[in-house]
Parts: sequence; C-alpha cells; structure tokens
Amino acid sequence: MSREGVLLICILLSSALPGIIIFGLREESTRLRTGLNLLGASLKLTLVVAMDIGIAQGRVFEVRLLLMPGVEIFLNGDPLSALFATLSSVLWFLTTLYAVGYLEESPNRSHFFGYFSLCVTVTIGIALAGNLITFLLFYEMLTLTTYPLIIHRGTEKALLAGRNYLVYTLAGGGLFLFGVVWLQSIAGALDFSSTGLPVDLLGKYHTELVLIFALLIIGVGVKAAIVPLHGWLPQAMVAPAPVSALLHAVAVVKAGAFGITRIVLDVFGIENVLRLQLLPSLTIAASLTIIYGSVRALQQDDLKRRLAFSTVSQISYIALGVGLADQSLALIGGLVHIVHQGLMKITLFFCAGNLAETLGIHRISQMNGVARRMPLTMAAFTVGALGMIGIPPTVGFVSKWYLGLGGLASGNWWVLAVLVVSTLLNAGYFLPIVTAAWFGKQAGPWPQDRKFGSLETNWMLLLPPLVTAFIIMAVGAVANARFSPLAWVRFIVREYGI
Amino acid sequence: MLIFDADAWIICPIVFPLAASIFFFLSRRTGPVAAPVAALATGVSIIILLRQLLLFGPRHYYIGGWQAPLGITLRFDGPAVLMLAMTGLTGIGITLYARGYFSFRIAAPKRVGRHERQERFFWPLWMMLWAAMNGLFLSSDIFNLYVTMELVSIAAVALAALSGKPASQIAAIRYLLVSFLGSLSYLLGVVFLYKTYGILDLDMLQDIAGAAPGTRVALALITIGLLLKTALFPMHFWLPPAHANALAPVSAILSGLVVKGSFYLLFRFWFEVFSGAISIGALNMLGILGAGAILWGALQAMRQQRLKLLVAYSTVSQLGYLFIAFPLASLEGNMKVWGAVIFMAMAHACAKSAMFMAAGTIYLHIGHDRINELVGIRAYLPVTALAYAIAGVNLMGLPPSGGFIAKWLLLSASFNSMQWWWGVVVMVGSLLASVYVYRVVCQLFIIPEGYTIKKQYPRSHLLEWPAFTLALISLLLGLFAPYPLHILTIGSSNVATIIPGGPP
Repeated sequence: MSREGVLLICILLSSALPGIIIFGLREESTRLRTGLNLLGASLKLTLVVAMDIGIAQGRVFEVRLLLMPGVEIFLNGDPLSALFATLSSVLWFLTTLYAVGYLEESPNRSHFFGYFSLCVTVTIGIALAGNLITFLLFYEMLTLTTYPLIIHRGTEKALLAGRNYLVYTLAGGGLFLFGVVWLQSIAGALDFSSTGLPVDLLGKYHTELVLIFALLIIGVGVKAAIVPLHGWLPQAMVAPAPVSALLHAVAVVKAGAFGITRIVLDVFGIENVLRLQLLPSLTIAASLTIIYGSVRALQQDDLKRRLAFSTVSQISYIALGVGLADQSLALIGGLVHIVHQGLMKITLFFCAGNLAETLGIHRISQMNGVARRMPLTMAAFTVGALGMIGIPPTVGFVSKWYLGLGGLASGNWWVLAVLVVSTLLNAGYFLPIVTAAWFGKQAGPWPQDRKFGSLETNWMLLLPPLVTAFIIMAVGAVANARFSPLAWVRFIVREYGI
Repeated sequence: MLIFDADAWIICPIVFPLAASIFFFLSRRTGPVAAPVAALATGVSIIILLRQLLLFGPRHYYIGGWQAPLGITLRFDGPAVLMLAMTGLTGIGITLYARGYFSFRIAAPKRVGRHERQERFFWPLWMMLWAAMNGLFLSSDIFNLYVTMELVSIAAVALAALSGKPASQIAAIRYLLVSFLGSLSYLLGVVFLYKTYGILDLDMLQDIAGAAPGTRVALALITIGLLLKTALFPMHFWLPPAHANALAPVSAILSGLVVKGSFYLLFRFWFEVFSGAISIGALNMLGILGAGAILWGALQAMRQQRLKLLVAYSTVSQLGYLFIAFPLASLEGNMKVWGAVIFMAMAHACAKSAMFMAAGTIYLHIGHDRINELVGIRAYLPVTALAYAIAGVNLMGLPPSGGFIAKWLLLSASFNSMQWWWGVVVMVGSLLASVYVYRVVCQLFIIPEGYTIKKQYPRSHLLEWPAFTLALISLLLGLFAPYPLHILTIGSSNVATIIPGGPP
C-alpha cells in the first residue's frame, strides 16, 4: 500500500478508533472522553489538510480492497472528495467542541460520542468513496450510525422521529442498492470517473439506464430531502442540537446531495446524462423543493423546525447546480454550495442550540429582544441568516451569484426566477427573526436563565458559532483567493472539461 | 482408523464430539467442565482440516482403507469445510453460553434439581448432535448421510423436549413426527437409487445419474424429505413452536445449525449429484416457495407478541433466501450462487444463534419475553441488547454484515440471469426484516425518563459475551468475504455450471 493509501486509511481510523474506545469508557471519565474526541478531531483535520495539499500537487490517493470477486472497496481522494472531506472534518472539530459543552451533565454520553465519532467516520467514507459500491456501503452505514443519535433523548417524540427516519432511509437505501446492483450488472466496476459510463452502453440499455438513474436519485434523494422525500427531516430535529447541526450541515443531508453530484458527474457522466435527457427532471425537482421548503419554513414558529425546512430548501441549490451541469458556472455554484450551505446552516443550528440551552427558548415568538441578553450568539445567527438570504459579502451570495449566472448562460431564465423568489422567501422567514431579536422588546422573563460567569453562555457553546460566522464572512469576502472553496471548486470543474 | 496419516484429520471433527458425548453420558458430572474443552478441540481440528484443504485441496478418506462402493468414504471440499467452520464457530459460542445459562439457572433457588437434570442431559445430546452434523457435512454416500441425518434429528428432538414444559413437549413430538416423515421419504429415495444404480457413493452417482425416470422419482422423494426437515414454507409449521419453546441454547442450536444441515444436502443433491435430472420448472417452484417463506415468515414475525416466536419466524423467513438461490443457479454461473448460499448460511448461523442467546438471557433475567414489556433492557443488559441489535443488522442485510454480501450476490445473480423479480423479493424481504428487527430493538433501547432499574441481577459474562461475539462476527463477516469465497472454489470441479435438462 502506498503512503498516500495509508493516509486515507488513517483519516478513517482517526475517528473510528476513538469512537470504539469511547464506547467502552465509563460515563464518569469525562476528561478522557473529551481528550480522545478532540485528539481524533484534530488528527483528522491535520490528515485531511495533508491530503488536500497532496491532491493540489497532483498526487494520487488510492486504496483498493477486495470485497467480493469483481467488487472492490475503493477509496480515492479526488478534488471533489477533498472538498467534502475538508468540510466534514472542519465542522466535526467545531461540533465536537460544541457537543462537549452541550451535553455536560446529561446521561449516556459515552453512547452519544461513540456513535458521533462513527457517524463522522462514515461521512468521511462517503467523501472518499471511489466507486459507487463503496459509496453505497458507507451510505447505508450512515443510516445505522445516525439513528441512535436521533433517538438519543429516548422520548416518545424522538422515537417517532427515529422510526420515520428509518422508514424513509431504509426504503431509499433499498432502492439505491437495487439500482447499484442493476447498474453493476450492466456496466461492471462503477469506479467514479469524469467521463462516466462508456458511451456504447447508452444505445443498448437506454431504458434500463433511465430507470437506474431514477432509482439511484430517489435513493440518495431521500437523504437529500428532495420533495416529496423530505418528510423525515423536519421531525428529526428533535435530536440534540449538535446532532441536528451535523445532520443538516455535514452528514446525512449533505451525503445525499453529494450522492446526487457523484451520480450525475462521476457515475453517469455529464455527457451521458445530457444524451439521456435526465437533467431537466432533476432541475425541476430541485426548483420545486427550493420553493416548497421556503414556503413551509415561513409557517413555522418552532425555530429548529424553521431551520429544518430552510435546509430542505437550501440543500436543493446543490441539486439545482448539478442539474444545470452543462453550464460550468451553474455547476460551480452548486458545488461550492456544498461548503457554503454547511457553514451557514451549522452556525444557525449552533445558535438555536445556545438559545435553547441558555434561555430555554425554542420558539421564534419567544425571541423578542434576545440579542440584548446574548449579543454574540445573535450576531453569529444574523451572519448566518444574511448568508442564507444571499447578501454580500457572505458566502451565500457567492453561491447564488454563480447559480444565477449559470441559469442565464444556459438560457433558462426561470432559474433566475426561482432564485429571486427563494431569496425573497428566505428574507421573509429570516429577517423577522433577526429584527425581533435585535429591536424587539422582551415580553417577559425567559423560560429559564442559566448564568455562565461573564460570558453570555458556556464558552464551548459560544466559540463554534463565532468561528463559523467569521468563516462565512471571510470566505465570502475573499472568495477568489487561492485556497478558498470557490477556487477549489473551479479546480474540480476544470476536470470535467465543460 | 488403522493408519493415522495426514488425511485422518478428517475424522477428528466427528470423533472428538462423539467421544465427548459418550464420555458425558457415562460420567454425568463432567459435562460443564469438559464441554468447552471438547468444543475447543473440535474447533482446532476443523482449523487443521481447513489448513489441509488450503495446502492439498479436496480429499477423500476411506475409513479402514476400504474403497467405495464397499467402505465408508468421507470427503472434504470447500463447501463442506465452510459448513464445518460455521458449525464450529457457532458451536463454541453455544457451548460457552450454555455453561453460563445452566449455571445461572441452577444458581436460582427454585427447582434446582430439575435444572441440574436438564444440564446433565444437555451436554451429551449436544455433543452427539454436533458430531452427527459434522458427519453429515463430511459423508460421501447417501446411506451414511441418512444415518447422520437421523442422528441429528434424534438428538435435536430430545434437546427440544428438554425444557419439560407441556408446550415444548407437544412441539417436540410434532418435530419428531415431521422429522421421521422426512427421513422416511429420504430413505425411500435412497432405496430407489440403490435399486436403479446399485451404488450409494455420491461421486459415482454424479457420474452415472442421468435424467432417467427412476432418478427423478428418487430426487423428488429425497427433496420432499429434506424440505420437510429444512422447514421450507409451507412445511414450516413445526418450526416456530419447536424452536421457540426450547431452552435458549437449544433454540440457538436448532435455528442456527440444524436446519442448515438438511438444506446443505439438498443443495448438493440438486446442483452436484443430480444436476442432470432437474428442470427449470422445479427450480422455479423452489424459488417461489422460498419467496413465500421470506414474505410469510417476515409477516408472521411482525405479528408475534413473544420475542422467541418472533426470532423463530424470522428463521422461517431467512431460510427462504437460501431457496431463492435455486432458480438463480440455473442460469447464472454457479459460484456466485454457492457463495450467496454459504454466506447466507454462515451469517445466519452466527446471527440467529446470537439472537436466541440474547432472547434467552433476557428471559432468564426478567422472567418473560413479551415484546411490549421489554422496555429498558439496555439499562441492565447493555451487551445483550447490543448483540441483538447487531444480529438484527445482519438479518436486515445492511453492510458490512455477512447478510449484506449474501444479498448482494443474490441480487447480482438475479440481474445477471435476467430474473430481476427474485431481486425484488430479496429487497422486500430485507425491508420487512428491518420492521421486525426494529420492533424489538426499539423496545430494548428505550430508557424512558425517570426509569429506574428495579432489580439488580448478578452479571454473567458467559451469558452476555458469547452472543455479542457471534453477532459481531456476523457483522464483520462481510469485510472478509474474499476468504470464504476463495475456500469455496477449492474443489469446484464438482460445482460445474449446470445446464437444466441434462448436458446437451
């Protein structure tokens, strides 16, 4: 095995091993557990950055393990996987810190952090998967590792949410598996490549390929919460805040969107997808989801529920960009939104968690004047919200700008219309929160009020959203810098030669 | 055993447990102490056999030097050794668990005498069953197969009746009758063959048995006999009560191992010995019954109120997958289907015995197994609850479990042979399995707010860890798939691709 291959394995082990050890730890050994968590998280971050540098230098990161005759587990660090892996490891680091603060004193922490680490391992596995089968393996394991996190609280509501989650994801996973095996029986090894399937298959298996595409997209669409497959997501927000943050920004939803990207770009190939005329349906589904999610978000009073519907809407920007993949600008917008949406959504969920933990606030109607009590949290929230609306210089603006340009360039003016409507709706459900928090008058005492010395809340809860809010501004301001996500995405898109 | 040469290792997996069985019959107090040693010795002998296979390839061994058709011939090849390994692994786990199980029961103040008696009978019977199972996998002529199968059945029925409760007595009697009927049908088939060809040796039969009418009748009789013993839907009626009412280690033996024995024979008969005499219609028929088993078993499992019955019905369902392989093997290269079958059998043996052990542990601790009242088990039996959940992952066929590999191979074979509908059945079956697995796991893992542990139980590692280890093995089996699949190909000259209706 090459040195690069060993690095890939180490990236996976850096969270898997701490996870397994943490399972065996006693509830009281908080220090050891936190130490292991942070050690794993920083090790992973370092290793992923090392991989990024290597990829930028053109080194090849590959590991192949035989699973069955003709079926390989193939880990491959290509630029697209680097994008997702970097996002995951950065946000995992921050979320770990946040979770340590959030779960202080609560029961079953060994359980929680064990699954938490395994969940991130699996997410990184999805990022590094080099063929569809490896992707499938990790994708199904993601269901298993996230389920215990969703039901962590053990309440009726949590169990119900967990059950729905399983119904959706297992059914989707079943269709996905079906599609993968079918495709493998036609096309063989299914390694990801920028050219996709051999062209001669298209004439021979036209109908089959269209059906397989539908199966695969539905399979990953469940996790990407594309309407009407989104039903589980708003319920799943009963999970503890760090889980929601991770679920919405990095792990589950993003894995689905990443899957759509992989299937269109690297399994089928842009040329083939265009020839089979599969993209219009994807764009339409994405557009509908964008509008639907925003409209539903408007109606919610529960803060986390509103954020959840906002995720439904925002995640489909990625699908929209991929759906316009023949236009490099739109594709850039979609891919870069993988990173941008993650940063913004995790900030918002961190802040929502802070409000709930510190003041017991769960509903938007309770938030009047809260910014005076928790100015830093609400500042971070505001940055995230403005980003979602797409106001420069936040990263949200960059995504929308490229998507809009791509839509225009392809002559699909309606894409622009979708973006404008969605932006207005985003503003409609985020601005009232922001104005109420800063300028509203506090109606009565907070549901609870925990004091944390001179800070507005526990520093471990405060630091992560501030860091991500800062990144949102900084990355948006210097979007064209050499190692910004945007520059990296351009590097990715160049490979597809559009 | 006149000359103890290298090949003589082949008899050790039979002789070791058999000797142990006789020994335990004679000196009844030694069972609990010596059984793990005997189990371990058997395991080691299987490992040596595996090594022999890897070094020298498949072998025949003529006991006493007498060649077929006169003497008793044993043979080992890839599939046989894998089945031995499955039995060995599960057997060691069950042996350890049974120790914990009986000592836990004897330690309880009530009915000590009865529990002690049960244990004294358990050890010799279990060792006899193990020896007969190993003999079944290694035998190479159809009459010896009958003898070993009969021994398995007798031991199994006696074990099933061991608990002494009326329900288990009735179930055991029914099991005995079905078993007897199955054996009779099989024996009739053997008589037919012997009358027609005058030989009993499998390899010789394979060479000369064609699509003659006599062969077909014999095959039909043998098949019916074996299907009854394997409890294929709709002949499964005897299985759930027999498996669910037995003592926990016995349930694990019956569900994990015993049904695999008759299935293994069936598969070998159909695809090696009589591959010339089978028709596509018959293969499809078995496939349809398998599909019926998958769906019916799963639906029944979903409706059960008692944990052990649920697990037993899940066995009915999982056995169905093995039969889906029949129509697939007809058109697809045989190796893939053999792989699927062996993987399914191995993963299911580990997972199902782990599940029954977990169910038994729960029963021992809380005194019942009503699913709706299992809330909070995780609080005092964390390892057992996790074992059950992991075994469930295997039944659902999610990666990286062995069940996933089996289902992948089945799906892939169904697409490659243009029979995708079998793939649909496999998928639907997995989804149904996740429903019945979820029903229980959800209960085990809920710890309601304000829940307090009512009673502290003595921790018994022997009750918890064997189940967990077996479940973990079934989960990780998928990651090591190339090794068993490689072993399977050793001696694959026997496993030639068959063409239904005889060679052209």
